Amino acid sequence: MAELNTDGGGGKKGGKVRSKKQNSKVDLTAMVDLAFLLITFFMLTTTLSKPQSMDLTLPDKEKDPTAKNDIKVDENRTMTVLLGENGKLVRYVGMLEKPLAAPKDFSYGKDGIRKELVARMELVKQYSTAKGKPKDGMIVIIKPSKKSTYRNLVDILDEMGIVGVNATGSYAIVPEFSPEEQKLLEVKK
Amino acid sequence: MAKIKMTKKSTSTDMTAMCDVAFLLLTFFILTATAKTPEVLPVDTPQSVVQTKLPSDNLSTLTIGKVNGKTAVFFDLKGKDVRKKALELMGQKYNIAFSEADGEKFALMESFGVPVQNLKQILDMKAADRSKAGQAGIPKDSLDNQLKDWILYSRKANIEINDKELQFAIKGDAKEQYPAIKQVMDILQDQKINSFNLVTGLRGKNF
Repeated sequence: MAELNTDGGGGKKGGKVRSKKQNSKVDLTAMVDLAFLLITFFMLTTTLSKPQSMDLTLPDKEKDPTAKNDIKVDENRTMTVLLGENGKLVRYVGMLEKPLAAPKDFSYGKDGIRKELVARMELVKQYSTAKGKPKDGMIVIIKPSKKSTYRNLVDILDEMGIVGVNATGSYAIVPEFSPEEQKLLEVKK
Repeated sequence: MAKIKMTKKSTSTDMTAMCDVAFLLLTFFILTATAKTPEVLPVDTPQSVVQTKLPSDNLSTLTIGKVNGKTAVFFDLKGKDVRKKALELMGQKYNIAFSEADGEKFALMESFGVPVQNLKQILDMKAADRSKAGQAGIPKDSLDNQLKDWILYSRKANIEINDKELQFAIKGDAKEQYPAIKQVMDILQDQKINSFNLVTGLRGKNF
């Protein structure tokens, strides 16, 4: 590896000083190895250091908070997800006074809320097709409470992306709680 | 059997050209790479499965984390010229004269989290000392909403220099409670910025 000059340095018997014929070729293998190693390093660090980002678009804020323009939404298509303290997650379908599916606790992740979301989306699809509007998907209302963390919010938004709620329906973040909803998050601590 | 003449070929190839190319690429990557300086406010971002990368220019990052148990917002802006312009506009607004040298330092600085009145002290520090300076976040309450002004003037600066609308990324700590994030989102929404990026880490497949 370390050889640079292939000839030369041979034993000289005579005392004659002869100018050595130096080999002008230098072994570049090690240098190229090093160069490519560094290239790989810089290439990977420049592309991998970019963090991922999730796009989030919120609706326009209303200028006058007292002005209410209620949009009527079919209760069969809505699902409300309440985010509570310590990773608590409660969902109900329809209106809370007479829910189509009673409030129930779920966990985050593929065995928890995702199964429920997929199942519920299928039900909504059947319902909408029966009504003759197969394009009407599920509407998810996400209600993060004051005690919920940013992680919870990102988790549930991620879940929306995985399940693909946006393809047919939509989701919205609504941080407004009715007293009944507040109670749901408080019980069974 | 026919005689096969084995010509003794030299095993060493000429690597000069390869070496040239390798070093050319190396130079390119070194020059384009930006050194990652330690974060002033380290945050633990939540994970998601999204694959989209954060844009690298026309971007401002709002880091939300905890400093001494209190929620603090740090501000960062991409682009040297944009930063200089934003600092100039902020100086005009708050009647603080920032010199050319200050602008130069500010252009190269990382994110910061001090009131604009104290920014000069931070600028005069060495880069290594800035993270130890105990920056407590940019004031964002209704009495002294400097974050709002930073957002507004950075947008103006970006439009002036890049002729593009500035995008905002929110880099929040996973443990941060929702109202803290909501407050920053509200400040953005007050300026009709309804779309922003949430910075997340990458999650494993088996989530």
